[in-house]
Amino acid sequence: MAGADGDDSLYPIAVLIDELRNEDVQLRLNSIKKLSTIALALGVERTRTELLPFLTDTIYDEDEVLLALAEQLGNFTMLVGGPEYVHCLLPPLESLATVEETVVRDKAVESLRKISQEHSPVDLEVHFEPLVKRLASGDWFTSRTSACGLFSVCYPRVSSTVKAEIRQHFRTLCSDDTPMVRRAAASKLGEFAKVLELDYVKSDIISLFTALASDEQDSVRLLAVEACVSIATLLPQEDLETLVMPTLRQAAEDKSWRVRYMVADKFSELQKAVGPEITKNDLVPAFQNLLKDCEAEVRAAAANKVKEFCENLPEDSREQIIMTHILPCVKELVSDTNQHVKSALASVIMGLSTILGKDNTIEHLLPLFLAQLKDECPEVRLNIISNLDCVNEVIGIRQLSQSLLPAIVELAEDAKWRVRLAIIEYMPLLAGQLGVEFFDEKLNTLCMAWLIDHVYAIREAATCNLMKLVEKFGAEWAQNTIVPKVLGMANDPNYLHRMTTLFCINALSEACGQDITTKQMLPVVLKMSNDQVANVRFNVAKSLQKIGPVLDSNALQSEVKPVLEKLATDTDMDVKYFAQEAISGTAAAKQIIFGILHLTALILPPNPEWTTTHLYSLGMFQVELVLVDQYKAVLGVHSLHHLTVQEGALQPRQAQAV
Amino acid sequence: MSAISAAEKVDGFTRKSMRKAQKQRKSQGSSQYRTQTAPVELSPLPQLKDAPSTEQQELFTQKLQQCCMLFDFLDSVTDLKSKEIKRATLNELVEYVSTNRGVLVETTYPEITDMICTNIFRTLPPSDNPDFDPEEDEPTLEASWPHIQLVYEFLLRFLENPDFQPSIAKRFIDQKFVLQLLELFDSEDPRERDFLKTILHRIYGKFLGLRAFIRKQINNIFLRFIYETEHFNGVAELLEILGSIINGFALPLKAEHKQFLMKVLIPLHTAKALSLFHAQAYCVVQFLEKDPTLTEPVIRGLLKFWPKTCSQKEVMFLGEIEEILDVIEPTQFKKIQEPLFKQISRCVANPHFQVAERALYFWNNEYILSLIEENIDKVLPIMFGSLYRISKEHWNPTIVALVYNVLKTLMEMNCTLFDELTSSYKADRQREKKKEQERDELWKKLEELRLSNSGLVQNNSHKLLSVRNNNNNNNNNSSSSNNDNDNQDKSVDAAAIAADDKDPDVKDPEFSVEASESDTCAK
Repeated sequence: MAGADGDDSLYPIAVLIDELRNEDVQLRLNSIKKLSTIALALGVERTRTELLPFLTDTIYDEDEVLLALAEQLGNFTMLVGGPEYVHCLLPPLESLATVEETVVRDKAVESLRKISQEHSPVDLEVHFEPLVKRLASGDWFTSRTSACGLFSVCYPRVSSTVKAEIRQHFRTLCSDDTPMVRRAAASKLGEFAKVLELDYVKSDIISLFTALASDEQDSVRLLAVEACVSIATLLPQEDLETLVMPTLRQAAEDKSWRVRYMVADKFSELQKAVGPEITKNDLVPAFQNLLKDCEAEVRAAAANKVKEFCENLPEDSREQIIMTHILPCVKELVSDTNQHVKSALASVIMGLSTILGKDNTIEHLLPLFLAQLKDECPEVRLNIISNLDCVNEVIGIRQLSQSLLPAIVELAEDAKWRVRLAIIEYMPLLAGQLGVEFFDEKLNTLCMAWLIDHVYAIREAATCNLMKLVEKFGAEWAQNTIVPKVLGMANDPNYLHRMTTLFCINALSEACGQDITTKQMLPVVLKMSNDQVANVRFNVAKSLQKIGPVLDSNALQSEVKPVLEKLATDTDMDVKYFAQEAISGTAAAKQIIFGILHLTALILPPNPEWTTTHLYSLGMFQVELVLVDQYKAVLGVHSLHHLTVQEGALQPRQAQAV
Repeated sequence: MSAISAAEKVDGFTRKSMRKAQKQRKSQGSSQYRTQTAPVELSPLPQLKDAPSTEQQELFTQKLQQCCMLFDFLDSVTDLKSKEIKRATLNELVEYVSTNRGVLVETTYPEITDMICTNIFRTLPPSDNPDFDPEEDEPTLEASWPHIQLVYEFLLRFLENPDFQPSIAKRFIDQKFVLQLLELFDSEDPRERDFLKTILHRIYGKFLGLRAFIRKQINNIFLRFIYETEHFNGVAELLEILGSIINGFALPLKAEHKQFLMKVLIPLHTAKALSLFHAQAYCVVQFLEKDPTLTEPVIRGLLKFWPKTCSQKEVMFLGEIEEILDVIEPTQFKKIQEPLFKQISRCVANPHFQVAERALYFWNNEYILSLIEENIDKVLPIMFGSLYRISKEHWNPTIVALVYNVLKTLMEMNCTLFDELTSSYKADRQREKKKEQERDELWKKLEELRLSNSGLVQNNSHKLLSVRNNNNNNNNNSSSSNNDNDNQDKSVDAAAIAADDKDPDVKDPEFSVEASESDTCAK
């Protein structure tokens, strides 16, 4: 920074300020975002004496510009000369903390919180704390809301008299006239309680908490529920009953569903905070009520917590509580009128089986799973299927298979492609659990049908699904069941289906191994190079490149090469391009190149020149060496080694270069 | 909320399909029914008009108490008889207070307000449709409307009864009552909001002591709407009430009212649902009619919140500006003409033809035209560049034709200036380009300076921290351009997203190239 003095005469502040004043918002925004550059050019002294006052005076701008400014100033400590001068940043941030736009204000508060840590304890009292006080007693609600977020960062580091003042200010804001301020205070109550001494938590915070929790506006009351978690964690167990529980009980039965929703949403946290005894006596009945709430919104939130709640019950009475209190409610929810409630339940209900064990699962839970598998709403069924693994561990999937099949078939044909996509993703898992015979008999046709789905995303997922199935069931199975069907599609009149054959071959060749690939797949691919649709032809080129590594060199030379050379003279430029791509290297080496190119492109400035030169005019081997070198410079030898080990495809000499 | 996220995991488009399903079944909601115990069956009481006058008062009270019983309307088969009895009784009560004199004795006030509070004050149910779009979707109707409507009717007749005494009623119709009433304005049911509007207006008229409080609470609702939730169904209704309130403000305007204008009414323009209540923008014009000196801050405020990506809103802003210009005083016009016409010149050059058209329509307004003519030496240089360029470049022939007319009008206003501008047009463009280059140069030099600076710091390595700080800054700068979108989303992009949302109503959007399965046009 010392060097700046020599140069800065070149860039008089007037010019820079002119930039910040430019008529075009975008340009102003750009300059604000480069404020650190400007500050650096000015040097610390002039930043303090000229730039900051200017910024403080001219804060009337588009909110976007202000937002950028608020963010920048949070990282400005070094640019004004380090922690001893950090308080210079307070005036502009103070103004920003009072603007109307919430986003700007929040960012200003965030920056203030950040730089508060860089203040010495003395500066904190002399500069920072007065600012908080000013904000807390501001006329307009915006400054008071901002103040709420600043108490907790300065409280731990100031003297006890100042502490008392801070507590007083916080108290005042908790009973502010404006609901916006009370909301801000309520949302910071938990955070503030954490930095307070325990005695003050009991004397001050509890009364504020009780008051906010019975505020006339439900938007304030619900925030008190959040605070309840932190407060309960701070207090010793014996005080919870008298200090927290009355309020919590009241919140769980609040007349506003929003408050009850919040209780349901935070139930696991609350449960942990109040401990096992209170959970048994109070929270279990409260939870039952929430599961039976008259608003679906609340029931859904509670249903989401069923598994977590049961898991965290004290072990000695867990099973008994679940069986007598929770399960009856859960049973009712399975046939709830609202689909969100049912699907929330379906996403967690399977988790209960591990808690309850085999016998209870078969007797009590299984009927529920089966009912949900037949639910009219696809999300419910899908949520059950997606969690099958939990049940599998406990009772095995066979118990479910009879009901599973219709559910799967129906989802597989759902009108919404996203639902179909979701079920495809569970196929490998299902196949693994149901076994090969069941699969062949019931699910194989589905998997093949997806290959000709009219949505590309489904066809793509189906291809990937086949690969995973082959990995599970082995090459021989593939040869007998899948490969003939896939190859049959090469003669389909629809070019999209013909391309699907190619995509399948790309995916399957490695899993199927050299023999199947050379003998069965390759002839089909080669034949397709005469397809009349260019899309198919260039995909042939891509496929050949892709399956190249699996083929033996004999087939490569005698069969693949001539076809690629023919394609390289195709009339279509894309076909030509991809054919040349395929010719210019083996696929494996190529993959590494692309990997490296991709990574270097992320790190280095783009340099199309060397990319193209190296790719097209140099031999592959040299390319790799150059790239490896580049790569080494960027990432260091260690990570490069890691990569080459992973890829496992570098030749010895190249590895040596590494 | 959580319910929707579970669904969205599976299908981002469920919301639309759900919405459609809802349209088919008329959606109704209510969270009024909250009593845990089942309602007691009601038995009919004798008619009020048949009772001897001595017993009428007693019977009236009994009927009011009877009407405090609440019923579940989501279940359409239970308590049918009792529901009918309550409906008939409410009808009778409405008639009783609207046709008879002398029935509102002091002792009935608590009973009356009790019955009203029990029936209408409730937490509004969660919306069936978390992304309720008032412009697109059918509102959820209040299920218990058959009763609630009559209760509202009764409240209105009660307030309008010639014997009604605010001095007695103010003990019951107090701040808490008003607060709960205001919360109900968020109801999705337009019928309910309409009643509430009339009722609140009556209360504002009759209870002088509550006026300041009502205004303040409306402020709070608006502020919450603007800066916190962006959701409140009753904004239009509240603005309508305010419209008549503003009309009655005494001159000079109190600071409180000016603050309301600048800190609430103007920021209200940032709402993405502006179109729903923009008709109520006459509130702003009313202020200006009362106090013309507010024109400058108001227009500057509007310019600050000028929509950047939402053309629909931009058209509304232009409409509002024209309304303001209709009542503007020439002295005020001079104060804001520069920033205002800079914006108008941008609008005229807007590629969206509706925006351009709306702005060009200003030139059809006689009064605006006269203001422009008076200040032609200031306005023309600002407008000229855009108009000239658009006359050559705009894609829409209607706009080009309009621009020609406008240029012609402007030329007639000051021929010499027009000629000067025409001849200097090219030079001006070049000057701008040069300035642009200079700016780039400046930044380049600054960048170099920064690089050399951080190098210096590193070499000296006297403060490790500062190095890290520089690095931080570098990171910030490089990432900030990516963050651009994040920053904007609050005011601007949200609107654009909302607009996008409307399209995919058509069955299942597919990603693939489906249109042609034929072999020939495959690519």
